[in-house]
Amino acid sequence: MQLSLEAKRRRMKRVIKDHASAYAFLLPYLIIFSIFFVFPFFYGLVISFFDWNLFSPEETSFVGFDNFRRIWFESDGIYYRYFWSGLKNTLIFVVFSVPFLVLIPLILAALIDNEPKGYKVFRTILFMPTVLSISSVILIWKWQFYTNGGFINSVLLKLGLNEIPFLVSQPWAWISIIAVTIWWTMGTNMVILGAGLKNIDKTLYEAAAIDGASYVQTFKYITMPSLAPQMLIVMITTVLASFGVYGQPDLLTNGGPDFSTTVLMMRIRPLALGTNANPGIATAMAISMGLIMILVSIVQAKIIKRRGDA
Amino acid sequence: MAIRAVQNKRKTMSFIVLLIVSILWLMPLVWGLATSFKTPQDISSNPTSLFPELWTLEHYQGLFNRPDTPVMRWMLNSFIIAGSYTVLYLIIVSFAAYAFSILKFKYRDQIFWIILSTTMIPTVINLVPLITMTIDFGWFGSWLSLIIPGLGGVFGMFLLRQFFLGIPYELVESAKIDGLNNFGIFVKIVMPLSKSAFLVAALFAFMGNWNDYLWPLIQFSGVDASMWTLPVGLSKIAGTYNYDYGLTMAAAILAIVPVVIVYALLQDKIIEGVARTGIK
Repeated sequence: MQLSLEAKRRRMKRVIKDHASAYAFLLPYLIIFSIFFVFPFFYGLVISFFDWNLFSPEETSFVGFDNFRRIWFESDGIYYRYFWSGLKNTLIFVVFSVPFLVLIPLILAALIDNEPKGYKVFRTILFMPTVLSISSVILIWKWQFYTNGGFINSVLLKLGLNEIPFLVSQPWAWISIIAVTIWWTMGTNMVILGAGLKNIDKTLYEAAAIDGASYVQTFKYITMPSLAPQMLIVMITTVLASFGVYGQPDLLTNGGPDFSTTVLMMRIRPLALGTNANPGIATAMAISMGLIMILVSIVQAKIIKRRGDA
Repeated sequence: MAIRAVQNKRKTMSFIVLLIVSILWLMPLVWGLATSFKTPQDISSNPTSLFPELWTLEHYQGLFNRPDTPVMRWMLNSFIIAGSYTVLYLIIVSFAAYAFSILKFKYRDQIFWIILSTTMIPTVINLVPLITMTIDFGWFGSWLSLIIPGLGGVFGMFLLRQFFLGIPYELVESAKIDGLNNFGIFVKIVMPLSKSAFLVAALFAFMGNWNDYLWPLIQFSGVDASMWTLPVGLSKIAGTYNYDYGLTMAAAILAIVPVVIVYALLQDKIIEGVARTGIK
């Protein structure tokens, strides 16, 4: 009895010691994560309920849901116009970029999966732009689109065609932004989908070929269902990334022509800091945008899961 | 036999399409490279040619001599910032990943899944609060803002944890019997077995920090150009010298070449790391 109590105590001591050392390993990360990820989230909720003044806290006052009311409903206000026009432009980008950002990588991944000669070299080349920063991408691309000696227009002129004012007229401004986005980011999806394709049992394809299935049929009935997990990740991350688009329109078209490519992030940033700052409004816009993004992700997950199961 | 023929035809078709797309993908870079070595007259008279008539370094020299475009300084700044971030990040997240995979304590997996699920919250919500916090901490406009807040990033921690979970537990047990404490096990058993995972995590941490644009742009809004990172500096060149094609291309090539060299050396690891994010 005495002995077992002693043993128990020793075991308890060891468990406590193990726990203490585990928490010691965890602590630095947990502290940083709490300060810079958890706290800002709740802090943001607080800011959105205030008329917030960054540099003179005494002028900050509680306004309840007024910031949200102003951006959602106050139809003669400037923040309402900023929010809805920004959201509309962001949605235009999402709707017209995502299909290309999923389909083009899917096709390229399928071609690479056939393992033709030099397929690894092709994959390396096509993935390469994703490691570049947006500023260097724009430096390379911006003047390709210029009318005054830009590459594409010089080629068009050589072919006897008219120049296209890419960056200063619609729909060309959107086409330019989307083209650059495809060139820059497509590689990530291509590699993720490629990994999914590689995992598919190749005997399934052979069985389908013996049954006389066409390429399209094979793709529809074997490839797509097996690819559901990767599709889910690719769709959700691509839509979220497209919602957050900032660098491409900021640097390529500067939001023009006539604010038609001024996306929501470009409205939020000057409100977050600067002479026209209104952090309460900026956070209310960010939270509204975040809610829409979460909703869209959930809907996508439901749709793709159902397709995958069927 | 018929199937083999179909497969060969498919391979040839794939090769042709991939070749065309790859050339298309390389075009802007090759052409930017050529332009950076052309004389201004050559640029305006032969804008589409891929070979300079006369090779010149004048754009690169111009870039180095201009006081408002210290490209090498920006590159050094970016290197110091991304490097410090990567080292600190690896230390912090590898400890956490070790605790979340090898060590045992109450609510371990629950805490891990709560942290992981926060990645579903769009980061845009944190933007304004983080600006306010860096102002309150007195970090605003300094490199600390670019190094410290990102240290809580989940991706690298998740990647390392998944890798550590694959380490056979018997190795840990026998090390314990040999009298190693938790720190000893981490340094002598876990770390040597996980070199490739550390490399992948380091690459992604470094690239993410090196390429970041919006956050440093906000932080450096009123800061002297000599403190900027490369992406912020390049965006200023794109805005200020947008019609000086030779100069902008020289700046772009200078910024891209080191990245492409590192990529060429480590592309297997990078691509493998990305591929792994899609497999559960």
